[in-house]
Amino acid sequence: MTNTSNGGKPTRQTLTRRKFLETTAGAAAMIATSGAGLFAGSHVARAAKLEKEQLKFGFIKLTDCAPVLIAQDKGFFEDEGLFVTVEAQANWKVLLDRVISGELDGAHMLPGQAIGATIGFGTQADVVAPFAMGLNTLAVTVSNEIWAEMKKSLPLKDGKPVHPIKADALKGVVERYKAAGKKFNMGMVFPTSTHNYELRYWLAAGGIHPGFYSTSDISGQISADVLISVTPPPQMPATLESGTIYGYSVGEPWNQQAVFKGIGVPVVTAYHIWNRTPEKIFGMRKDFTEKYPQTTLAITKALLRAAMWLDEGNGKNRQEAAKIFSKREYIGADYDVIVGPITGVYQYEKGDTRPLPEFNIYFKDNASYPYYGDAVWYLTQMRRWGQIAEAKPDAWYLDVAKKVYQPGIYMQAAKALIAEGKAKEGDFPTTDGFHAAQGGFIDGITFDAKQPNAYLSRFKIGLKDNETVN
Amino acid sequence: MEKVLSVFGSIAIGDPRERLRALWFAVGVPVVAIALFLWVWAESASRVQTSLGAVPGPVEVLAQAQNLLKDHAAERAKQAAFYQRQEERNAKRLAQDPKAEVKIHKWTGKPTFIDQILTSLKTVFTGFLLATLVAVPLGILCGSSRIVQAALNPMIQVFRPVSPLAWLPIVTLIVSAVYVTTDNAWFEKSFLVSAITVTLCSLWPTLINTGLGVASIDRDLVNVGRVLKLSWYTKVFKVVLPSALPLIFTGMRLSLGVGWMVLIAAEMLAQNPGLGKFVWDEFQNGSQESLSRIMVAVLTIGLIGFLLDRLMVALQSLFTHSATR
Repeated sequence: MTNTSNGGKPTRQTLTRRKFLETTAGAAAMIATSGAGLFAGSHVARAAKLEKEQLKFGFIKLTDCAPVLIAQDKGFFEDEGLFVTVEAQANWKVLLDRVISGELDGAHMLPGQAIGATIGFGTQADVVAPFAMGLNTLAVTVSNEIWAEMKKSLPLKDGKPVHPIKADALKGVVERYKAAGKKFNMGMVFPTSTHNYELRYWLAAGGIHPGFYSTSDISGQISADVLISVTPPPQMPATLESGTIYGYSVGEPWNQQAVFKGIGVPVVTAYHIWNRTPEKIFGMRKDFTEKYPQTTLAITKALLRAAMWLDEGNGKNRQEAAKIFSKREYIGADYDVIVGPITGVYQYEKGDTRPLPEFNIYFKDNASYPYYGDAVWYLTQMRRWGQIAEAKPDAWYLDVAKKVYQPGIYMQAAKALIAEGKAKEGDFPTTDGFHAAQGGFIDGITFDAKQPNAYLSRFKIGLKDNETVN
Repeated sequence: MEKVLSVFGSIAIGDPRERLRALWFAVGVPVVAIALFLWVWAESASRVQTSLGAVPGPVEVLAQAQNLLKDHAAERAKQAAFYQRQEERNAKRLAQDPKAEVKIHKWTGKPTFIDQILTSLKTVFTGFLLATLVAVPLGILCGSSRIVQAALNPMIQVFRPVSPLAWLPIVTLIVSAVYVTTDNAWFEKSFLVSAITVTLCSLWPTLINTGLGVASIDRDLVNVGRVLKLSWYTKVFKVVLPSALPLIFTGMRLSLGVGWMVLIAAEMLAQNPGLGKFVWDEFQNGSQESLSRIMVAVLTIGLIGFLLDRLMVALQSLFTHSATR
């Protein structure tokens, strides 16, 4: 720290910029913690030269990409010295391929995509996540027809169904369809998506088998009661309307869209399936983060500031956020459709609107911290449904999680922001990257990330121990 | 074009009744037909309720077209402010440290509708140019040699009917593997993917027509060439090309038409920032204005396709006249 003498600004006369970079780049975390004065004011932070300033990020039109859009629209990227273009992608497959090929420098991504790519399920590539995009934010919607059937067996209070609605109510319907020889199809957004796992979790908790994957059959429909297949998020309502699927699991605004269009009813949200479901991540290629460490740090800082802005003052900015999202180059759906869930009001049916303040959490409760434990949960679900065909030891789960999730970069960014006075120390956790055993699941099972195999053995439906799908 | 011109020509010289008749067919009938079309559209549109509301009529579509133009102007203003900010920032940096490396970064905002039209045009012409560069020489070879023709014919017949959507994944994978981009690459990958897909699909009409044109040259001309012992170069450029030119242009005209149609599909999937992506994004947005905006795009695509065709016709008459005389 020899170069901090005049009021916390580096003396550039004695050190060339390059040298300054060399001495600091490797030890940025150390600087951020011990040299609190060094990064006072963002114009000085920019002095740590960014290796790449012009960037392109991808996103899918969903409200859970909020931090990316807010960092762009509110100028946080530019404030961190980054010149970012954000571009909507056609579907998750295109998005992942373009991140891997380098056309996109980073993207709003499904955790399962980064994890799947790392373990070689689908396209093999090293994708890492220094930032988590938030908690909850998805729902399961069924068509009006199915809802009418389900409603018959639901307990009512004041004429409205009691929440949470369990898949038990769907079981009879599925059985009737099966008996009549009709296939019961449902949609989700990607084989390794949160939506796939949460939909399966919800169905299995209600005794409905959602089907297995195997190495030779990757349709995910082996011994399934409900046939689940992929549809891109924005096309979900149209696919439901056309009768190809009877229900789907997707992020917002595509569940609310179904209500507004009068074609379907959201029955359960992530808040009820697993309150605190870790949703999206910000994914980048591993070699990008290694080649451009300062850029990676600046990206993470901008995203963090956006997440803080989204949860600031108990969500006072959320209406503004909904306005931003409704721009046609961002999410583009009507403001009325977007604003409900964003501000914590959820419409289940016309005339059945309920408060759901924790439908989206972006920063509060360390929502943006990339916990290793979250990655482990995704791996357990991949194993549970056969995407990971063979049994793996507990240590393997932890190793993969540590390859993909990068809380180190996250904390480095957090400390830089604390040093700049843009965040408070208390906003960030002191953790080894694992939660204590977590509850909040619809079936009452608790999840301890350090014992993935023991966790798997608690499920009635799903692979456990040495079981394989034949 | 020449048809219209000839009609006007006859208006100028024919007898008054003939003139009136000609005017009626040239201007009156189309205007009445378009008016009728707009009326049927306006009347029937409001009756069809989609999940995005009623199908928009001409008035709503016109309003969205104006919105898109306004949007373009607003975005340009933002762009100017963006460059202004950068210059100020760079000036500040240079003031702090005269040796600082500064550069101006590209505009990061969204492409406007006008930008998307321009990207599409750029892509289609790149693809079309590549297609012509490949197809014309190949066509000449095919037309002048029976062996080459017999060799290529089966492949042409098999590849010609392949849809752009089938080519796209292959092109995407190959471009990703072969074309390694640096930060300052000339082309975006998505641009290259769409352009090559256009090439692959629009190659065939030019190739086939060139072959046909070359094969059906007047035998006498060829024989005269032989008698004069013309060099290969002279033969191709003085005998073969001029006589085959009308058919080559017919082929190119068809190719450009096919290319323009293919491009929209390719852009939707390759995410090249052109009109196809505009349509796809609006479809995904699913807001109340989306349908009107998609219709603006459809009309724009049609109009541009029409203009491209006219352009080729004009080029054809220009070149074939001067070349055959």
